[in-house]
This record gives sequence, structure tokens and C-alpha cells, in this order.
Amino acid sequence: MKDLIFTVVDNKKIAKNTFEMVLLGDCTDIKCGQFVNIKLDGFYLRRPISVCDVEGDKLTLIYKVVGKGTEAMAQMGKGTELLVLTGLGNGYDTSKSGNAPLLVGGGAGVPPMYKLCRDLVAQGKQVSVILGFNSKDEVFYEDEFKKLGAKVIVATADGSYGIKGFVTDGFDLVDYTYFYTCGPEPMLKAVYNKSITSGQFSFEERMGCGFGACMGCSCKTKYGNKRICKDGPVLEKEEIIW
Amino acid sequence: MVSLKTELCGIELDNPLIPASGTFGFGYEFAEIYDINCLGSFSFKGTTKDPRFGNPTPRIAECERGMINSVGLQNPGVENVIKNELPKLKACFNKPVMANVSGFSVEEYVYTVKMLDSEPQIGWFEVNVSCPNVHGGGMSFGTSPEAAAEVVREVKKVTSKPVIVKLSPNVTDIVAIAKACEDAGADGISLINTLLGMKIDLKTKKPVIHNKMGGFSGPAIKPVAIRMVYQVYEAVKIPIVGGGGVASAEDVIEMMLAGASAVEIGAQNLVDPYACPKIIEDLPRVMEKYGIKNLKDIIGGAH
Repeated sequence: MKDLIFTVVDNKKIAKNTFEMVLLGDCTDIKCGQFVNIKLDGFYLRRPISVCDVEGDKLTLIYKVVGKGTEAMAQMGKGTELLVLTGLGNGYDTSKSGNAPLLVGGGAGVPPMYKLCRDLVAQGKQVSVILGFNSKDEVFYEDEFKKLGAKVIVATADGSYGIKGFVTDGFDLVDYTYFYTCGPEPMLKAVYNKSITSGQFSFEERMGCGFGACMGCSCKTKYGNKRICKDGPVLEKEEIIW
Repeated sequence: MVSLKTELCGIELDNPLIPASGTFGFGYEFAEIYDINCLGSFSFKGTTKDPRFGNPTPRIAECERGMINSVGLQNPGVENVIKNELPKLKACFNKPVMANVSGFSVEEYVYTVKMLDSEPQIGWFEVNVSCPNVHGGGMSFGTSPEAAAEVVREVKKVTSKPVIVKLSPNVTDIVAIAKACEDAGADGISLINTLLGMKIDLKTKKPVIHNKMGGFSGPAIKPVAIRMVYQVYEAVKIPIVGGGGVASAEDVIEMMLAGASAVEIGAQNLVDPYACPKIIEDLPRVMEKYGIKNLKDIIGGAH
């Protein structure tokens, strides 16, 4: 964990209520599946945002505007300096992926799949990606995943783009050895029930500190109580109580 | 040269800063990012007789200049604390530590203190009387002078270490409760615990916190804390650990002027994990600015 100043070099809308922010700073502590916790002027608690991509000193975050804090982030121009706690959470374990991992992201759960996809492709894996959104205007990063060389399936709940339905409707269209997923909890539950292999789930919870001190975001697992921020956000299928 | 030294119940502190229980775990998360031996001490995670998961999530809500938590004393239970947590604490902290204990009956407080009493690193007990008394209709021990005093009397029988009582601010007369604890043999008073609060989400039109209510902390509560420390200082002779919304060296000085011998830093540790070392580094500059040579000399200076 490090608390560092990052500088905004890009911040643009890429889909409905969805923004991509690129920051420059010391990224040495950051790996895929982790999150950062951002201090915003005028807000008491920091904003935990999952890492979409990291390369050299460039950190890419994708966030959905859901409240006043993310509204303030959306207004930030180039050159804005932000205090960012980096290196938070356990991240994904790519060693378990097998040859054909499946990545399943829903809405604001899509971003962490990107760096994971890049890492798995670099390891020579045949990666399939299922992205779920409510409707066409919310879809983002389909081309970015394709450019990495992944097989990409997009599902929209209203059928306005890709296949009509949920991410689980894409499962029958791919063969996979293992899976990784991030998204709203009902989606995670559906993936849990639909999947036929083992896999890793990235969870979200309201956090106080983001680094394991306050116990605000605890959950019960088969292996005991875990803090989503410190022992997670990634939990393995076998330990989840559903 | 200025001196940051102070004293709490006969134990000298290098400086008055004590991270508050529940914001600092058992120290080792913070020891990863700085040498926690720079602190005066710290109050470890509230420990109970049995392991507790605490309340259902969501149990954190952001507010203006503060936050609400309803963690509900998640801890592994006193046996696991002794077996697993204290050895890790000892590996990163070499000063006396404050043992924060909670209970849902007088017997539970006594059990937990008795178990921890033989741990040599524990310098003080900080007895949290804000928990509901299951034998007293669920009312918090800390809302009744008699119930708070009973906890102190019984706990004092099983330990020779100083017993500091951490009081709840959610009462009509904080002074009466502080005095009752002093009369029952308490060696110090710690205040304030969190203020009961609520936040409602305008989108869902329901409370954000699963348990609806929770403890409000952060800079917004500092004036309440300063006022209560000031009032209690006038009424008791035993030392006071002051806390509530402290976030800067100036706040530490204000709290000591109100009457605190040592100062707890709570929620600020969560928004800035380096809050305590920053304040310790900043204190000499701020002391010089206000013409203070020895921090110890300003305790209760506002009276």
C-alpha cells in the first residue's frame, strides 16, 4: 500500500454515465484485480475504484457516476492532482486459469476484466470474455477486448445490442477451463449457479478505509470472516457461502 | 526544543497520540506502512469474550465531515486475540498497549479482562461501556451511572492495571456517569465514543446502514467531544483520554486544553492512514506557533 499523488491526463465519457480516467503516477504497487482509494476534495471517505489497466506509470480507471463523489470525478480536468492509495486488495490469481479462461463482467464490473485479459493473453491463454450491460448506450470496451485477441460476447438485458439476456446466456457459447467475474451481486450469484468450473469472484461493499483497519466491509466465507478490502475483493468459488 | 511527553495513569507516553480502538486493528496493518513505535500508544480492536462477526453489511455510510459505522464489535474473541493477534502486535510495537474490551454482561467484561490481565504488554484497559446490557433490557451500560459503575467495580477486582472507562456521549448527563465511574475506582476516563446517527439514501428512501443506526464519528463531532472533555475535567480528578474528530496537531492541542492527558485519533486513520505520524511530526511546529514548550503543561489549560 502506498499513498501517492497522481495526475489526471485524460478523463472522458465512454458510455452512458461511464467515464474513463487516465492518471500518471507511481504504479509499481498495482496489479490486476486490485483497487485504488481516491481522496476527493470535500468528501470525507475516499472512493474505491477498481483498476482497469496499468502500464508503466499509466493507471486507467473506469467509473460509473452513481453519486456526488463520482459526479465530482467526472468534472475533473487534465492536470488535476489526486491523492491515491494504491496496491489495495488481493487481486486475481492468474495461475489457476487453465488454457481457456472465461472473463465475465457486468456494468461497472467490466473494467477489472481488462487488465486481467491483457495478462492472460500475454501468458498465451485463449481468453473468452462475456460483457453484460442493461442496454446499448451503456456498452463500452468491446473493441478494446477484441484488440487484445479475446473472443468477445456482449449481452444486453433489453436486447438492444449483442445477444438479448444476461451474461449467463453467453456461457453456452463458449468452452472454458476456469472463470473470473466481477459485477453486481445478483449477476455474481447467477454466474455462481451457471458455471461448471471453479472460478474467482470480485466483490463490492461499502468501505470505510479500504486497507483492512475498520472491518466495515466484512463478509462470512466457508474459511471464516474476510474483509472485502484486504482479504478480497477476490474470493474463490469454493469459499463463497451461497 | 519542545516536549511532546505526557503521562497516563502513571505510564509515560512519548506523545499524547493514541489511535482509537476500531480504527487501528491490532496495529500490524499500519506497521506495514510506518513504524508504529512513533505513537504514544494505541487502543486495540474492541475485544469480547466470544468471537463476533458484528452486524450485517452495509455497515459504513459517509456523511458530511464524518462517517457512520455499525461494525458491531467484530473480533475473533479474547482467546484468539491472545493466541493470534497479540504475538503479531508484539512483533511490530514495543510500548505498552491499551486493551479495549467490551461485554454484553458484567460477567463478560470480567471474563475478558481477567484473561488479558496476564499479558505483559497491556498497559491499560479501556473498558467500552457503550454496548447494550443483555440483562438490563438492552440499554447500554454507559447510559446509566449505576450500570457503568458496576462494570468498573467488578473489572477492578480482577486486574491491577489501570482501568480507563470509555464513555458514550449518547447520554443526558455525561458528568454524572464519569463521576460514578471515578467513585467506583476507575483510573481514567476516555471520551467520547461515537454519536448515534443515521443516513437516509434519497434513491432508495431507506437508511444506508443495514441496522438503520450507527455510530457517527469524524471532524463533525469534535465540538461535542471538546465540550464533554471540558465538562468532565471540571468534575473528576482522574486523567482523561480525549477523542472525537481529532484530525490535526491543532485539534490535539485543543483537546488537551479542554483537559485531555492523551488524545485518541479515530476515523482520521481510515481516511488518511498516515494521519498519526503526520500529526506527531507537525506538533512541534504548531506548539511553537502557540508558544507551548511542554504539551503536559497545557492539560486543562482552558479552565
